[in-house]
Amino acid sequence: MTDNTPTVSGSEASEAPRSAMARFLDSDLLHSFLSSKVTVLAAFTTVVLMLAALFAPLVAPFNPFDLAQISIMDARIPPIGMEWSDPRYLLGTDDQGRDLLSGILYGMRISLAVGFLSVAFAAVLGISLGLISGYVGGRTDAIIMRIAEVQLTFPAILLALLIDGIANGIFGNIDRETWAIWILTFSIGLSFWVQYARTVRGSTLVEKNKEYVQAARVIGIPAWIIMIRHVLPNVLGPVLVIATINLALAIITEATLSFLGVGVPSTQPSLGTLIRIGNDFLFSGEWWIAIFPGLALAILVLAVNLLGDWLRDALNPKLR
Amino acid sequence: MRLKIASAALAMTLAAGTQVNAETLKFAFQGTYNQLDPYSLNETFTMAMHGNVYEGLVRRTADLQIEPALAESWEVIEPTRWRFHLRKGVKFHNGNDFNADDVVFSANRVRAEGSDLTTRIAADVKVEKVDDYTVDFVLTGVNPILHSEWSTWYIMDKEWTEANNAVKVTSASDTNPNYASLNTNGTGPFKIATHEPGVKTTFTVNDGWWDQKVHNLTGVEFTPIGSDATRVAALLSGELDMAFPIPVQDIKRVDSNAGTSALTGPELRTIFLGFDQKRDELTYSNIKGKNPFKDVRVRKAFYQAIDVDAIKAKIMRGLSEPAALMISPFLFANSGDFSRYPYDPAAAKALLAEAGYADGFEVGMDCPNDRYVNDEAICQATAAFLARVGIKVNLNAQPKAKYFAKILASGGFDTSFYMLGWTPGSFDSYNVLLNLNNCRDDKGAGGPFNLGGYCNPRVDELTKMVLSENDEEKRNSMISEAYTILNNEVSHIPLHQQGLAWGVSDKVTLKQRADNEFHFKFVVKN
Repeated sequence: MTDNTPTVSGSEASEAPRSAMARFLDSDLLHSFLSSKVTVLAAFTTVVLMLAALFAPLVAPFNPFDLAQISIMDARIPPIGMEWSDPRYLLGTDDQGRDLLSGILYGMRISLAVGFLSVAFAAVLGISLGLISGYVGGRTDAIIMRIAEVQLTFPAILLALLIDGIANGIFGNIDRETWAIWILTFSIGLSFWVQYARTVRGSTLVEKNKEYVQAARVIGIPAWIIMIRHVLPNVLGPVLVIATINLALAIITEATLSFLGVGVPSTQPSLGTLIRIGNDFLFSGEWWIAIFPGLALAILVLAVNLLGDWLRDALNPKLR
Repeated sequence: MRLKIASAALAMTLAAGTQVNAETLKFAFQGTYNQLDPYSLNETFTMAMHGNVYEGLVRRTADLQIEPALAESWEVIEPTRWRFHLRKGVKFHNGNDFNADDVVFSANRVRAEGSDLTTRIAADVKVEKVDDYTVDFVLTGVNPILHSEWSTWYIMDKEWTEANNAVKVTSASDTNPNYASLNTNGTGPFKIATHEPGVKTTFTVNDGWWDQKVHNLTGVEFTPIGSDATRVAALLSGELDMAFPIPVQDIKRVDSNAGTSALTGPELRTIFLGFDQKRDELTYSNIKGKNPFKDVRVRKAFYQAIDVDAIKAKIMRGLSEPAALMISPFLFANSGDFSRYPYDPAAAKALLAEAGYADGFEVGMDCPNDRYVNDEAICQATAAFLARVGIKVNLNAQPKAKYFAKILASGGFDTSFYMLGWTPGSFDSYNVLLNLNNCRDDKGAGGPFNLGGYCNPRVDELTKMVLSENDEEKRNSMISEAYTILNNEVSHIPLHQQGLAWGVSDKVTLKQRADNEFHFKFVVKN
């Protein structure tokens, strides 16, 4: 399995004198990527959106978080092309007079930041527990996996809501503007670790009986080094797939939590917060407040999901 | 046998089905109905809900006039002794008789620790039972409006409360509710059948009610729906018979929809902002060692930095009336003499600089997000207005259950800057002066809803004079003097009176009270 997968594996690295770049250009992975137009488009969209979000302060016409810049008198201006529109506001404004385009760019920043951070948190937690569980086995394995199974019986969103509620209860009336993102990251990350743990544990169980691990054990290398240096690189392939798909899920979860009003505060809206605000104006004909952030969210999640799907197929030897 | 059971069950479901469809009133409000203890929270919606189950000695008609309820009549036999003759033959929902003992018991309980309604009866008033159906209230001073707020002082059953170990009042911030917070036993036209706080409350009819019933309901189903859009959608789709408030942007839609209409009118509630002026250091601010709100210039700067006309035009869509006073102009004859400080950010900046805060400061603001019309949007706009004069507002908008538990007396007045709405229960300025503007101690004695602790002895003095003055003109000029002081010292920032907006299905007729109380007893459903 390790030989024909393009992940960085210990054995492969030692026998290949070619540069990493050359190997990449020649790989099945790149070929498979370029041959799928949908994937190229998805990757392009993802990169553009991420860059736009990352450089939002440079790209966006306004800073929607700076309350001194927004005026309530500019509230609910329709997008360009409609009656009463204002050339300063391409996609119109929301109920507080914030430019929607800027709001979407800054909001996507929060959505992506929470997405990446929570995926990283979930991955680190899940991989560690999965490695320990698979490698150590026995009672440790049983305990970790039973916790994981119990957690799997709850929908992730419910768990995220629960953790978010408890965290907000504990931290009470602290400054939400600063802490909301971290609380969200923590609660989403904590509700997504199980998949990583189960996958890594499965792969670890396979790897730990292979000769190279046995050999390492025989020459007396400590267990934790074997786990990190020898087993981990060989189980990362599936993790990459899960992480990509989970990024989309985490963004959706953040949007859902914010839509429900327990996410980021409305003075610093993420995409979900913007949709929640816009939702109140759908009946009165001010559709753009909800529709544009909704579209942005849909496009972002779709693009990331398509990438994840492709990655899953490309890394799965059975599908080739 | 099995067939019999099946057909019986079928018949029963059919019967139940038709019954539910026929005359069950289904309605929704933006916020939740939590504690059932009638003395836990002095909030209009909660009190109005209690008012379908419990009754006071007096009640208000749909036009807000006082009329007899559990007291058949009353007389002032001496200037400081009021005699109430109680209605005979009234029974609580559990079958217990209503009598003078219940009144004396309720009078003591409403003034006890944990009660949010302590101002209903002053602490120095003696309540004496004369006989089983006569009660005397002995005052220490003249008070012509003694009973003006008693339409929401509900009488509880002494035996029931004692038997269930619920004599101690559960306060709004208490997380350990007692029996009376979860169950009810009133004398009113409806009984609570099931109560899941924050989810659903159902009512059944009290067939043994003493008064002639006008409604034709067999039951009532209440659901809190926090999201404006969802609440409107439920009304438009016919799932609800009534919903309120209808968000200002959707009034047209509800009105133009076949089968529903919007009932609108001015509400008596005044929405205002308040400052912590009591603590020596603000709890939520970056200014340490002193309290900027103790300086009247800072308060006035906040006042002048906020553009209420913009709030009216853009957030309230014209459905609010900017307020110069802490009371609705409908409730005070001389209100035409007062006007607001003009919106002037430059003047606000100058005032802040003069007070030593040229670079502004940070302050935390508490705001409900499911209590008043567009409450959170108004707070956000306030934050934006203040940002332009250099004040950074950290907004903490929460559902009212958490919000009230934090900012009220039971939560230790835990706020630095807040939004609140107030309708005087007596529809009179005395209530506003006493509750919102009289000096208070740390527990709230004095001015229990003066959350910021504004204090001016002259206002207290005037409040006392207003209470005992019978001459209308003299009384009004005293009230004017007090309001002038409040205005000069910016005790609060009055924002506006919001508009009432109820969405009603055409199948239902009801009465809309100007204090936004919804009483099922006026409802007829076809």
